[in-house]
Amino acid sequence: MDMIIKNKAIVADDWTVLRLQEQEKPENVIVAAGKVIVPLQVWQAQRAALQDRKEIGVWLASDERPEELKGDIEKFSVIAVDFPKFSDGRGYSIAFNLRARLGYSGELRAIGDVLRDQLFYLQRVGFDAFAPHPDRKIEDVIKGLSDFSEVYQTSFDQKLPLFRRVQRKANEAAPGQ
Amino acid sequence: MYRYDEYDQQIVDERVRQYRDQVRRRLSGELTEQEFLPLRLQNGLYMQIHGYMLRIAVPYGLISAQQMRMFAHLARKYDRGYGHFTTRQNIQFNWLKLQDTPDILADLASVQMHGIQTSGNCVRNITSDEFAGVAQDEVVDPRPYAEILRQWSTFHPEFAYLPRKFKIAISGGKEDRAAIYAHDIGLAAIKNAQGEVGFRVVVGGGLGRTPIIGSEICEFVPWQHILTYVESILRIYNQYGRRDNKYKARIKILVKALGIDEFKRQVEADWADLKDGPGTLTGEEVDRVASFFTDPVYETLPDHDSKLNEFKADSRSFSNWLSRNVKPHRVPGYAIVVLSLKKPGDAPGDATAEQMDFVADLADRYSFGELRITHKQNLVLADVRQKDLISLWQEASAQELTTPNIGMLTDIISCPGAEFCTLANARSIPLAKLIAERFENLDYLYDIGEITLNISGCVNACGQHHIGNIGITGVEKKDHDEWYQVSIGGAEGNDSSISKIIGPSFTFHQVPEVIERLIHVYLRERFEDESFISTVRRIGHTPFKEHVYATDFVAQEDEAAGKHVVLPAQYEVPYYSPRF
Repeated sequence: MDMIIKNKAIVADDWTVLRLQEQEKPENVIVAAGKVIVPLQVWQAQRAALQDRKEIGVWLASDERPEELKGDIEKFSVIAVDFPKFSDGRGYSIAFNLRARLGYSGELRAIGDVLRDQLFYLQRVGFDAFAPHPDRKIEDVIKGLSDFSEVYQTSFDQKLPLFRRVQRKANEAAPGQ
Repeated sequence: MYRYDEYDQQIVDERVRQYRDQVRRRLSGELTEQEFLPLRLQNGLYMQIHGYMLRIAVPYGLISAQQMRMFAHLARKYDRGYGHFTTRQNIQFNWLKLQDTPDILADLASVQMHGIQTSGNCVRNITSDEFAGVAQDEVVDPRPYAEILRQWSTFHPEFAYLPRKFKIAISGGKEDRAAIYAHDIGLAAIKNAQGEVGFRVVVGGGLGRTPIIGSEICEFVPWQHILTYVESILRIYNQYGRRDNKYKARIKILVKALGIDEFKRQVEADWADLKDGPGTLTGEEVDRVASFFTDPVYETLPDHDSKLNEFKADSRSFSNWLSRNVKPHRVPGYAIVVLSLKKPGDAPGDATAEQMDFVADLADRYSFGELRITHKQNLVLADVRQKDLISLWQEASAQELTTPNIGMLTDIISCPGAEFCTLANARSIPLAKLIAERFENLDYLYDIGEITLNISGCVNACGQHHIGNIGITGVEKKDHDEWYQVSIGGAEGNDSSISKIIGPSFTFHQVPEVIERLIHVYLRERFEDESFISTVRRIGHTPFKEHVYATDFVAQEDEAAGKHVVLPAQYEVPYYSPRF
């Protein structure tokens, strides 16, 4: 069983991520029994069969739109967003839109090229689960969540900008202050 | 100027700690170079020809004397005794060691500075008007908003891995001195008919391979909404900007592909959800930040000092300097002084550690302890008493900072070029020197009058050659020799335009003669008081082109001797450029 980071802790995880091989088609690929995170295309092609499963997950590629899941959001135990390369930042906006615009409140997992130094930003836009490269020491990766203790701007994790949360100092030396 | 509170300091200190650990992991091999690359870039660290180059952010170009002294210290301790001020109002050090960089950033943090987001595909350092707060034509002081945007964009979690870099400029005067039309987002702080502050928002401008003048996306975004509006622009760009080709990844390509109307529709659909939400700016926060940009305690002074006129009559050098390098200030009795980093023979934008310490002292004694760095790579003392101008001029002349050429042909904007940069096809700085030496005669220079000359070593346009009245670009050729394209007709400011190439490219030594020929046509064709750019716009490119290519170029005597060629022996580390 793989280890992932979930809710700021390292935990064992029994979900598998289905990735289509080259010759496989979304409409007839066999989705194994158990806890499977399927590609969006597979969900769309096999929705009728999959939606009755007790537990099902779906993942979005970085060029897919979260709005495609509108109306289905409640059916998933987990939604994952794939990072084909860590430098592909579309997943951050996908996550933000899933959380802030589509109201998704279940597990949101970052998969693919997920590295320690991206974790702080990823958690801010709404990810609460991270499946890093298996070749990385997960005990190191988790440290990325606590790189910073303060932030300036709003995102999904922090609804108020710093200037609305705390009393910040004005310039005491300024005339008229 | 803005001073950090405990929150700002904590964020920067934590960044230094994070970066120190990233360098440790890189040196131990835990991080591959490929993984380390975006991390170091977001701290402004590039790997260049000679080693590591660090770009330090000077937010909107404003810097204290103390911070300038820190640059001098860094130049001495970690570099070779000098630094290079850039067209984005930052400073770069070219000769650093990777293992020193965490200490350098710690030193910088001790004076409230950093290298955050000075590179990488993120929101870069925000640039502004170098005369903000003191310009006579100012409508709104852009500095508080520039600082608010700096904080908003610092470590924005959603926009750290954009398709490409993202540059925001903000101006507040009637005349745009921040080149807002050449930025991914350009903001002009304005007032509406009711006197309320807001921003005219321009999007999709940029230089590089595909130079485009920005388009207006909204004529007036009230100040309360500027952060959320910018956020929506970035979110649309982050999702839909091209990522398959880095040369088509800037927002300008997206805006052009969608059309400004469709782009605006998408932005405003996203923004509808944020408008009036908690990200909306508050009057309290604007007032708080603005309290750092209130006027210094100006004295009540007469606007014309009789001594100045006497001295002007006596000294032609002083008189030249006064008319070229001193700009009108909105407060009577005060003046804005531009210290030229463009002495012919020197590298444009370079300053030695001694000069840095010296200008810091000048700032302390003459200008309330503050300096500005201009996007034209000069330094500014913004609040000088007119009665101090004579002594300031005398002192600064001793440090060779008073070349009276601001806005003239030898006030050349130049990127570092192929001696430093791995992207460049050709050298920029030696060419700038060669041109400046040719036009050193002040009578001739003043006869030519206002003109801008920009040099980029390659198509990426760090020297902003597309918006120079004359633009020079190093081009890639199969034989790996240095060739330069020359273009004319570019301009920045309210009447921005993109220059057009005049024809086939030239060798290094031909370029000064080409410029001479362009100037000949201008002097022949101009109306009285007509600037170079106005003449180009009136008569078109053809007369210039015809004259430049009409006669062959005589090989310069020193061409064979290689007088201006930078020889490898000048460097202690092996001199190497993949392009040569």
